[in-house]
Amino acid sequence: MRREAPQKLSDYGPLFFPAMMLIVFFVVPFATMIAVSFFQRQQGGFYVPAFQFANYERFLSLFFANVLGFSLMLAVTVAICCVLLAVPFTYLLTRMTRKVQIVWLVALLSVLSLSEVIIGFAWSTLFSRTAGITNLLVMAGIMSEAKALLPSFGAVLTGMVYQAFPYTVLVLYPALVRLDPTLTEAARTLGASPIKAFFTVVVPALRNTITATLIMVFIFALGSYLLPQLLGRPQHWTLSVLITDQAIYQSNMPFAAAMAVFLVLVTLGLVALTVLAGRKGEAA
Amino acid sequence: MSGLALNNVTKEFGTFTAVNNVELTVPHGTFVCMLGPSGCGKTTLLRMIAGLDLPTGGAIRLDGEDITHVPTHKRNLGMVFQSLALFPHLTVGENIAYPLRIRGVPKEDQKKRVDELLSMIHLSGYADRPVAKLSGGQRQRVAIARALSISPKLFLLDEPLSALDAKLREAMQVELRQLQQKLGITTIVVTHDQREAMTMADTVVVMKGGEIRQAASPIEIYRRPADTFVADFIGSTNLLEAEADSTGGVTVLGQPVSGVSLGGGVRKATLSIRPEDVHLTAPGNGALSGTVTFVRDLGGTIETFVDIAGRQLVAVSTPRARPDVTVGQPVGVVLLPDVCVVLAK
Repeated sequence: MRREAPQKLSDYGPLFFPAMMLIVFFVVPFATMIAVSFFQRQQGGFYVPAFQFANYERFLSLFFANVLGFSLMLAVTVAICCVLLAVPFTYLLTRMTRKVQIVWLVALLSVLSLSEVIIGFAWSTLFSRTAGITNLLVMAGIMSEAKALLPSFGAVLTGMVYQAFPYTVLVLYPALVRLDPTLTEAARTLGASPIKAFFTVVVPALRNTITATLIMVFIFALGSYLLPQLLGRPQHWTLSVLITDQAIYQSNMPFAAAMAVFLVLVTLGLVALTVLAGRKGEAA
Repeated sequence: MSGLALNNVTKEFGTFTAVNNVELTVPHGTFVCMLGPSGCGKTTLLRMIAGLDLPTGGAIRLDGEDITHVPTHKRNLGMVFQSLALFPHLTVGENIAYPLRIRGVPKEDQKKRVDELLSMIHLSGYADRPVAKLSGGQRQRVAIARALSISPKLFLLDEPLSALDAKLREAMQVELRQLQQKLGITTIVVTHDQREAMTMADTVVVMKGGEIRQAASPIEIYRRPADTFVADFIGSTNLLEAEADSTGGVTVLGQPVSGVSLGGGVRKATLSIRPEDVHLTAPGNGALSGTVTFVRDLGGTIETFVDIAGRQLVAVSTPRARPDVTVGQPVGVVLLPDVCVVLAK
């Protein structure tokens, strides 16, 4: 493999296509959004070019701060739940025979093919009083009478974890498959019980993968705007719901853009902090 | 009894029998090499001793105690894997301290023991290095030190040196043997390298098809192989068909030879004779007669290929005792009775 730095302009050739794709599908739309976030809203439902901070000023209120805080908290909770469930699950999955692994992976992929709307309505049925899972508990004699489990925070969390879980497994799977199985065996011969071996060898050896997965699920969950509306109360609505509301129903593009820009900045900040913390932990 | 005992140990994977009725006693403090071609069951046997696989039959005893169903982590052993399995997220020192940390040994005692082990493997001052920064030989030593850090009852090694280059491997064989003798620890090594087994072992266990073919000291295995497989697998040898008539007169490859006996009542057998024991003389005088087909002069040793009735035989000699032969020349081969091993058909 060639290792010297590119010399001529043509050496940068392979970069051209990805760079174009990034510019067309990421830089241009994002720049447009940043620009719009400074525009002035016109009462008729549109906006005129301007340079004002009014949209950002409006955002700096206790109400939006609460929504932002809740959105971040929800995304972090979803990410942690997903990783806590998916790491042991994927670890056990990789220890199974190839056939079993394929069946599970196909099942997970089929969950991915479900749209957020279908997931939302399916769970709202499952959590309902008339047709929900509480009826099964009543039949089993555990509960005395069926009740609705939604709208509630638990319902929102369940739906979002359900939606993000297949992604989490698929991101963890390659790293766990590559993990040398003799590492756990070595730990066992050195005196660690299987559970201790899992926590002292498998989890630390996968630290970077787990961090990356947490960040991915966090960002994935941050964008969710349908499930909180279908399964939660208004206080469980995320910033994404408010952005959609402003952009589509209130026709206030500049304000929606400002909120989106702010959300991106906060997210980037959090991710950067996580990466920095991870580096520091590695150096120590 | 002090030491390790395997009684009728069997391991079946479905219909395939990987290890079949193995009986073996390893007295305390001995160094055993399990040797055999790949798929002979030696690694499976080692994994059962470690508790990583469970036998489907038989019992394993350590110092008189039945450990057949004791989980691996309660067996107090040290094992070195073929892949070494050093923990990539830990430093050299943390790797060696891992078994101590798991057992809740106080920090300062851990540090003392790690320093002790590092000086034993000639890597003092390497405690804080990441394992990824070490050379192959150094990683090998760290894996050995980690396995020995609790002074285990049993030291198991699965093809431990196979990843090293030839020179380093030879040096590590000597080092490992010296270390084992210094510590007096019961050690079992799985290998497919017969030179490695000859260098290190008190007892060599030759396996094939899940069964022990012979378990004896290296020199006995070499001098008195139990069957043609062992004779051929350990070192190189010439295998010659021999027949005895009713009066006890022996013919080898159709030619009568004197002084060799197949034992009472045996009509057909195979003779094993090591190339360095083959003596070439002038034709006649009761020797097998053949023709020289090739001479390979390697400087240190000279190999002479002799064709006897369509069978090829190799004689090895030193330059001092260089046989005075040329290709195409008829030659006599003397079979000395005391170096010929008679193997049952």
